[in-house]
Amino acid sequence: MSILDINKIRKDFPILDEKINGRDLVYFDNAATSQKPLVVLEALSNYYGHYNANIHRGIHFLAEKATSAFEDSRTTIQKFLNAAHKEEIIFTYGTTDGINLVAQTYGRKFLKEGDEIIISTLEHHSNIVPWQMLCEEKGCVLRVIPIDDKGDLILEEYVKMLSEKTKFVSVVHVSNALGTINDIKFIIDNAHAVGAKVLIDGAQASSHITIDVQALDADFYAFSAHKLFGPTGMGVLYGKSDILNAMPPYRGGGEMIKEVTFEKTSYNELPYKFEAGTPNIADVVAVKFAIDYINDLGKENIAAYEDELLKYATEQLSEIGGLRIVGQAKEKVSVVSFVLDGVHPQDVGVILDQQGIAVRTGHHCTQPLMSRLGLPGTSRASFAVYNTTTEIDKLVAGIHKVKKMVL
Amino acid sequence: MTINEIQDEIIEEFELFDDWEGKYEYIIDLGKKLPKLSDEFKTDDNIIKGCQSIVWLHAYKQDGRIHFEADSEAIIVKGLVSMLVKVMTNHTPEEIANADLYFIDKIGLASHLAQTRSNGLASMVKQMKAYGIAYQANV
Repeated sequence: MSILDINKIRKDFPILDEKINGRDLVYFDNAATSQKPLVVLEALSNYYGHYNANIHRGIHFLAEKATSAFEDSRTTIQKFLNAAHKEEIIFTYGTTDGINLVAQTYGRKFLKEGDEIIISTLEHHSNIVPWQMLCEEKGCVLRVIPIDDKGDLILEEYVKMLSEKTKFVSVVHVSNALGTINDIKFIIDNAHAVGAKVLIDGAQASSHITIDVQALDADFYAFSAHKLFGPTGMGVLYGKSDILNAMPPYRGGGEMIKEVTFEKTSYNELPYKFEAGTPNIADVVAVKFAIDYINDLGKENIAAYEDELLKYATEQLSEIGGLRIVGQAKEKVSVVSFVLDGVHPQDVGVILDQQGIAVRTGHHCTQPLMSRLGLPGTSRASFAVYNTTTEIDKLVAGIHKVKKMVL
Repeated sequence: MTINEIQDEIIEEFELFDDWEGKYEYIIDLGKKLPKLSDEFKTDDNIIKGCQSIVWLHAYKQDGRIHFEADSEAIIVKGLVSMLVKVMTNHTPEEIANADLYFIDKIGLASHLAQTRSNGLASMVKQMKAYGIAYQANV
């Protein structure tokens, strides 16, 4: 059993007391977004209620307090990722924003016609489309690492793809649709061997896996706060400082400048060069509380408990006749995607919702992956530390009801 | 029967259900009973694409009235589609273009219309009315 007191943890998340269609909420859509603990809600309310001010240039008390809280978050995230320097932490609107930043700055400056960019079949649309846009503009070639039927990347094929033409590799750390954990260290090392830079899409990994960007030697690592108990609309792009320094700015505006005349503008230093305009101060301030919350529970403890949930759910769901789990990779986070014979995923989602159970159904913004698997979509239950085996039992009963009603 | 008379009839039928299960079982049953749309009409042009399930809508005009046939991959959507077809088929283009579809709200399924990204139902209503307008112009 877990050393965490799950009942106590559940009390930290007020939304778990909600009734949905008259039933207790069973929230299994954590891969889409996680719920927020009280400490994060209070941090937002405290910021706005007690020290809301625009940051960095104000000399009054509130501006200094807000600036210091804002920069504290940067330090917390630096430690969270074990980044070498604080200025390597760029605040973005989310993972998608971070990937677009890299594609539009590094990509446009350093990639040219005929260069190859490698992604994988497991990618979310947000790690496909920005590279397609870049390829269209620059004439680069997009190559895709295939997967096997279990949902693991075929890394031998990846190694064969690499050549002196490979200039960039952008791969997901953990698949949002299947839960597959990729061997990103292997991917990074092999890309570096041919001189390519690597971005890791950490949207799904950041709440489950301990990340050490220096040990991984990742050039870029992007994630979103809202998947790790933090607020929406706030994300992080980590980049190695020498690469970030070589990149042109992304958006122009206030904060990112050193000096502006009508003839010429010189740009601010890292990280501000990439943070034009008034940033999302409240959400940046609050993310520190989310990360502190995770650190207090212990990421290893969270991962161990989520593994228990994954194992239990996999066993229980496998016993349902006509149910097939999609994605049986060697290493997985707590995500179970499944299809039910003769039932469209949307019908699964609607009937579970009537029973207060929130799962995600559809293609999970991974249409090329679904097409590779020959499926229109799946139903996906994804677990967080506040979920319980009792809730998984409710899901199982709920799926039996779906079968009874539809078939 | 007029469009509103059919809608009122559906609303009355749904008053019999006091829980969600009965209601959804009835909708699923309607979905199962809706005749399969012939493959020749399951064309890309007839697809009303939602994010999660495909709806096909085929329309034709006969004796001054528009007729609809439709299908969906998902059974609950198909049941809802079946009700929309029942209400809207075999009316004049003017009646269809000007229809006020209040029954979905009244039977407590408005959320299915609001979820425009999850299913093609709201787009289907729009498309049916668009046929009404198009056939009005093209007499």
